[in-house]
Amino acid sequence: MSRTDKTPNAVSGGVPDMATELNGDRRAFIKKVLKGAIGGSLLLVIPLEAGVGEKQENDFDKIPEQIPGIRGQEYDMSSRQFAFVVDITRCIGCGSCCVADKREYNVPDGNYRTWVERYVKDFDDNVYVDSPKGGVEGYQEPRPELKGKIRDTFFVPKLCNMCKKPSCVQVCPVGATFKSPDGFILVDSKRCVGCGYCIQACPYSARFLHPVTRTAEKCTWCYHRVRKGLLPVCVHVCPTKARKFGDMNDKKSEVYKILRSHDVITVLKKDMGNAPSLYYKGVRREVV
Amino acid sequence: MNPAHENVVSTLTNYVFPNDLHVHWSMMIALYPYITGIVAGAFIVSSLYHVFKIESLKPVSRFSLLFALAFLACATLPLLCHLGRPERNFNIMLTPNPSSAMAGFGYIYGAYGLVLFLEILFIFRPTLVHLKGQSSGLMKIIYRALTCDSSNLSEQSLELDRKIIAFLAAIGIPMACVLHGYVGFIFGGIKANPTWATPLMPVIFLLSACVSGVSGIILAYILIKSFRGQYIDLECVKTCTKFLAGFFIVDFTFEMLEIFSHSYLYTEHYHMVDRLLAGPLYVSFWEWQVGLLSVVPLLLLGILCLTRISDASYKLLASVVSFMLLLQVVFMRWNVVIGGQLISKSDRGFTQFHPEWFDKEGILTAIVLMTLPLIILFVLSKIFPFWNEEDKDLNRKEVGGT
Ligand code: SF4
Ligand code: SF4
Repeated sequence: MSRTDKTPNAVSGGVPDMATELNGDRRAFIKKVLKGAIGGSLLLVIPLEAGVGEKQENDFDKIPEQIPGIRGQEYDMSSRQFAFVVDITRCIGCGSCCVADKREYNVPDGNYRTWVERYVKDFDDNVYVDSPKGGVEGYQEPRPELKGKIRDTFFVPKLCNMCKKPSCVQVCPVGATFKSPDGFILVDSKRCVGCGYCIQACPYSARFLHPVTRTAEKCTWCYHRVRKGLLPVCVHVCPTKARKFGDMNDKKSEVYKILRSHDVITVLKKDMGNAPSLYYKGVRREVV
Repeated sequence: MNPAHENVVSTLTNYVFPNDLHVHWSMMIALYPYITGIVAGAFIVSSLYHVFKIESLKPVSRFSLLFALAFLACATLPLLCHLGRPERNFNIMLTPNPSSAMAGFGYIYGAYGLVLFLEILFIFRPTLVHLKGQSSGLMKIIYRALTCDSSNLSEQSLELDRKIIAFLAAIGIPMACVLHGYVGFIFGGIKANPTWATPLMPVIFLLSACVSGVSGIILAYILIKSFRGQYIDLECVKTCTKFLAGFFIVDFTFEMLEIFSHSYLYTEHYHMVDRLLAGPLYVSFWEWQVGLLSVVPLLLLGILCLTRISDASYKLLASVVSFMLLLQVVFMRWNVVIGGQLISKSDRGFTQFHPEWFDKEGILTAIVLMTLPLIILFVLSKIFPFWNEEDKDLNRKEVGGT
């Protein structure tokens, strides 16, 4: 089981990328400091002897814990069962999650780890769906070309379903896409050959080939944050709490309560047999 | 008035999932099964002679092996052009994932290449030994290497050769079928794509492989022989054409059966398949693949197999049919690989594909990759005499297995 004890940084195409980027930034930052371009007051704030890298880790830990039962404990991978719930009835299509995601992972334009769809239904039961730029700019204007009377409209955020029977893992020829014992489907960007087979196999089109690294990438449910007791960044920023995340083994968690409630809960493309861990609350049957 | 909800999903408002706008598997992935198909088909022609003893195929029995080898040598190139990280391609052999249909590629390809190469060496051994005696310089070194520096042509060793050849040809048939059936399963195993996910996919791929391989052999045989002004064995061409007709009838039947059952069963995704074929793929599927390049060749094959025509017209018509069927398979690969990806997994719309000329996976690369096997074939012709009758100058004696 050697592959399971990878540090979060070794997995997921985006993360090493970000690390290099941050490294670059840090270097530039230190240069600026040394040149005196950034005021001396900052030097008082940053304890230099701690090293910038460690400093960041500490910062991470200073953010109040968002998922209980992870910090300061032995992380037993096999005893976790995370679930993600998207509450359609709450989403207002503001696009904050997409912005946060794009920032967190530096997602290149035209590719999407997460996106928000807008559904519009008229009185003839026609369903119109769109997702310009993945909804990153929010849905601030109605669709101008739809002239008829609108009966219903709602938004559907999409992301990786973290399938319990993931077809992406099944087809990856080199084992670069794998399932960790805590249920996350991750991509080892150092192994991926960029064949794109997983992209074909994912029924939800959650994957893309990163144009710079030329390896497969997708939403990771912010594995690096979760391991530090923090919520996925999209969950964290959602102003209406339409995105929820937690451990099903924690009976006090919100996801546990929702999934055990009488609410209408479904998964997408149930017949595909992928058994998603991403659930939708209040989803209409128009949603694919 | 529609009953409420009838068209909740099937109304196509052309919504494509944002990650589906880009067609991830482009021309190289259409080219790859095309090339491996030719390899498998050409090999089967040679096996029909070597294993099933169809004597009239003797004139092309050796050539078809070299033809297969030339294409096999290039089969990995489209994949390498396609991979995002081609430098890591060996990962497929180093850390293969047993549940992946693609992971076996390296091994199947390697094993098949070995069998093919060994079979060629044994079949050509007597010829190579003679050539070794008559050559000098670099060619002599090549022939010494190819014969492992052995010149033993005793009846006993030739008998052993014959046994080895029979064995290699026999295991070569299932391997050629696996090589190509497996390529079909790479697509057939993708449940997320309604046009690919059918158990018929490997069967259709295998049959179309036979069609392209036999067509390639007929066309190359007639062209090379005419070009060199040599005698064309019409019996051989006729047998090949009959096999071509047989393979193609079954192939075409399965292709149509696939479409028919989609439309008859009318399952969840049918509205997408239907509209794909009626819309973006109408020209390349119905007009080209089915109309011009299947129905017309079927009629021509009918003329070739059932009527009596002059030898000259037979050769001409056989070349035309072969060429058309080679093209038919190109269109079939295109329509499956590219066409299948035009359907967005949103089930609500289609994306578009525009091939580029100068892309890493572009039209120019495709042309180069299709020319390369012909160049390799030319080089091979300098080492291995294609035709049996060329042996006669070297050796009057009938030689092992050929
Ligand atoms: S949603 Fe797609 S990428 Fe995510 S685990 Fe399922 S099959 Fe894999
Ligand atoms: S692109 Fe290929 S190698 Fe990379 S994760 Fe996907 S299937 Fe595996």
